[in-house]
Amino acid sequence: MNVPAPLTNLKIQYTKIFINNEWHASVSGKKFPVINPATEEKICDVEEGDKEDVNKAVKAARQAFQLGSPWRTMDASERGRLLNKLADLVERDRQLLATMESMNAGKIFATAYTMDLGSSVNVLRYYASWADKIQGRTIPIDGKFFSYTRHEPVGVCGQIIPWNFPLLMLMWKIGPALCCGNTVVLKPAEQTPLTALHIASLIKEAGFPPGVVNIVPGYGPTAGAAISSHMDVDKVAFTGSTEVGLLIKQAAGKSNLKRVSLELGGKSPCIVFADADLDNAVEFAHFGLFFHQGQCCTAASRLFVEEPIYNEFVKRSIERAKKYTLGNPLNPEVQQGPQIDKEQYNKILDLIESGKKEGAKLECGGGPWGDKGYFIQPTVFSNVTDDMRIAKEEIFGPVQQIMKFKTIDEVIKRANNTHYGLSGAVFTKDLDKALTVSSVLQSGTVWVNCYGVISPQAPFGGFKMSGNGRELGEYGLHEYTEVKTVTIKISEKNS
Amino acid sequence: MLRAAALLGPRLGRRCLSLAASATVPTPNEHPEIFYNKIFINNEWHDAISQKTFPTINPSTGDVICQVAEGDKADVDKAVKAAREAFRHGSPWRKMDASERGKLLNRLADLIERDRAYLATLETLDNGKPYSISYLVDLDMVVKCIRYYAGWADKYHGKTIPMDGDYFSYTRHEPVGVCAQIIPWNFPLLMQAWKLGPALATGNVVVMKVAEQTPLTALYVANLIKEAGFPPGVVNIIPGYGPTAGAALASHMDVDKVAFTGSTEVGSLIQVAAGSSNLKKVTLELGGKSPNIILSDANMDLAVEQAHFALFFNQGQCCCAGSRTYVQEDIYSEFVERSVARAKARVVGNPFDSRTEQGPQVDKEQYKKILGYISSGKDEGAKLLCGGGPAADRGYFIQPTIFGDVQDNMTIAREEIFGPVMQIMKFKTVEEVVERANDSRYGLAAAIFTKDLDKANYLSQVLQAGTVWINCYDVFGAQCPFGGYKMSGNGRELGEYGLQAYTEVKTVTIKVPQKNS
Repeated sequence: MNVPAPLTNLKIQYTKIFINNEWHASVSGKKFPVINPATEEKICDVEEGDKEDVNKAVKAARQAFQLGSPWRTMDASERGRLLNKLADLVERDRQLLATMESMNAGKIFATAYTMDLGSSVNVLRYYASWADKIQGRTIPIDGKFFSYTRHEPVGVCGQIIPWNFPLLMLMWKIGPALCCGNTVVLKPAEQTPLTALHIASLIKEAGFPPGVVNIVPGYGPTAGAAISSHMDVDKVAFTGSTEVGLLIKQAAGKSNLKRVSLELGGKSPCIVFADADLDNAVEFAHFGLFFHQGQCCTAASRLFVEEPIYNEFVKRSIERAKKYTLGNPLNPEVQQGPQIDKEQYNKILDLIESGKKEGAKLECGGGPWGDKGYFIQPTVFSNVTDDMRIAKEEIFGPVQQIMKFKTIDEVIKRANNTHYGLSGAVFTKDLDKALTVSSVLQSGTVWVNCYGVISPQAPFGGFKMSGNGRELGEYGLHEYTEVKTVTIKISEKNS
Repeated sequence: MLRAAALLGPRLGRRCLSLAASATVPTPNEHPEIFYNKIFINNEWHDAISQKTFPTINPSTGDVICQVAEGDKADVDKAVKAAREAFRHGSPWRKMDASERGKLLNRLADLIERDRAYLATLETLDNGKPYSISYLVDLDMVVKCIRYYAGWADKYHGKTIPMDGDYFSYTRHEPVGVCAQIIPWNFPLLMQAWKLGPALATGNVVVMKVAEQTPLTALYVANLIKEAGFPPGVVNIIPGYGPTAGAALASHMDVDKVAFTGSTEVGSLIQVAAGSSNLKKVTLELGGKSPNIILSDANMDLAVEQAHFALFFNQGQCCCAGSRTYVQEDIYSEFVERSVARAKARVVGNPFDSRTEQGPQVDKEQYKKILGYISSGKDEGAKLLCGGGPAADRGYFIQPTIFGDVQDNMTIAREEIFGPVMQIMKFKTVEEVVERANDSRYGLAAAIFTKDLDKANYLSQVLQAGTVWINCYDVFGAQCPFGGYKMSGNGRELGEYGLQAYTEVKTVTIKVPQKNS
């Protein structure tokens, strides 16, 4: 694909709260700064939404959801057409959005352009085409009755998204929600609100009725908490840390029993058997950890390598990790950008230190890079044992852990020995190993001879404390659907 | 089916109902022997670790039936361990063919049918519901539910998925794992079947806490589960109290999912407990204040009888009870008059007597709560048209009670009474009644009585309820999903939809050298 240069002199046009297709200042008058993590400089200020702004947005979303409203009376196919139109506009503004995403989230520009933007458009188009294919059922109930189900929208959906894939996470949320006919109040991460606000302008341009999508930038403990405990929000969807996921579920239980879906953290095992294609395994394992500076919920952060190939695998992994040029992600020569902010940066460095202290072997990297921006050297630890912090806690940074294993039963036990369960992978040429190991790993997604392959058609989500529910695929519609059974007495039934 | 009871009424009348019932229903033994009153773990019977027991009461008399082992946290831990062991990769249950799981469920249904009369007797003794109803309705639906889910065991397919790129992608529909199931006292056997059916069909293991008011029938079924051949640890049943055994389950770090049927108040506690422990999946079936809307063109006989049944069935102790009866102005007076006549004719008495339509409320706490609501109705100015107090000096019997001219802001119009107290309200227009019907935090069920096609379609669309009945009430089928909008619940039970909550979806994506469609 031909990747253009990033836009120079990018103007940030949208910095306010988006409610009812209009731009609002925050009720409190407060603003917060948005930072470029490569330079630590302020990009701009954005209106800071809090409880009052959330209330306004929820009111607008509730209004747009009224029976008889334009959105409720719209053909399902028309909802699909609007989502496709939004996808068209995202494609039109691809270069601008990729530049903004790269600058705000620290992403390599070429990756933002090809992967983030490409996937965002694909998810929108995938859900656009589901809109008029969401089918209830007619049901052969016992007795003289006609019974059917309606798949109705849930209602006002609160959506709280993270900073690692700001645009893509927005599409994963609004795609299925709007496809099913819901209305949305979305809070983007405070680190990365800019692309969300630009999309808001495209939502208006595409022709979505006012109040269908509302976007409130702000912080978790204020705006996010207001959404999860709001008495008039029917459902909350959250992607972020397991720690905050717990708070959201509690808040739902303490308020109005709103429906909850969660996409949380992981400590995903990547198992490489001795018969694997070694080059393939090294490259995918590497990509699985280091993609986007290690800031993926699916990061392959526990790499289990079978004893016979362990040393060679470590050697090749180190070579691969050294091949990085760090720097400003807008620069086409650069392959690794900064971590998102100081808090993450400090957390990762702390975990690296723990690795050293607890006796893992530091093979390369191991500290910060550069004198400005939140850069960390690609780091590889070998001889990692399961009890070390770096083997148990989610690092969310460019730090790879390589462990050794002897037998298949041992590695399955070790791989499953975690409260997380988001993803995992198996590298082998053996048919039986591939099928049996993938069936017993306690993960929502298992990759075989690849890593990080995600596409709108296949469901994604966590076992155990990595989440509740699934996104993407047809399964992703379940969370945005409220099922109503209608049963009508009739005088005579025939099959 | 519940509808069997619903339809017998209007067509046959009360005397015929009892004759029909006695023709097909075996005579009950009013003092059945109690065989099982302990904790069921690993297909064995255990005392509580604390050695404590609690009494289960016969609500018709207030007498103790027997003592039952009182499970608490330590017993829950034991049960969860047993369930986890039965769920281990390579265990008999995990390696079993899905079709074999279906066979076991069908075998369990056979055994329940074999012991139908005994179970119906025990249900009536412990819960107070009329024996003919236990036998004809509850037991019938239990067997049908279990057979329905037996049939799904080998049919809940994952998918192969046309993913972008050179990959072969598919989903596995795996069992969620150790499922805690906390069930209520209003339909003890049926609620047990609704929970076990989908959980076992999909391959999960269960730790079930039965209501302290009504543990006996579930424990008898536990023995049938063993007799049917389910491996040890697949189903474990703990009698005990909510704040102890129930809470231990909801906050257990090794329980993968909790399913709860009961009050909205406790439902909130369960969701909070899940969010404060290990993020276990949660499904809830909670309370309701369901609107029953009678339009002026309705078939009057049908509407009166169905509205009566909708409220008074099971002593008013249904989550989906039609407890707000909205009657259109033109027919209001006649409807009220006929409803009062019907309620006055309702036979309250010994649930083992085949003439009885209404037994006692389940316990003293409910009994007092309902009488409290009746007082509030009188205090707040509703018009007491019949009943209004206790129906006997012994046992928890309450007179069938009707309030007319009820206003939406009265306590009896807003709060779930769970007793034989009917509220009748007047309305003018369809638009008005939609707004009033939807003005509730609940959303479990609703009904419409009309002959008009357009009105039926419009109202069924706009009412915020998980189930909408048209020209009928309380029609259930194992085939049809049931559950709440808003604070009446999260998720659906029954039907194919009921399998979703017991399934953990795994996506497997395999790199292939070349993809062809």
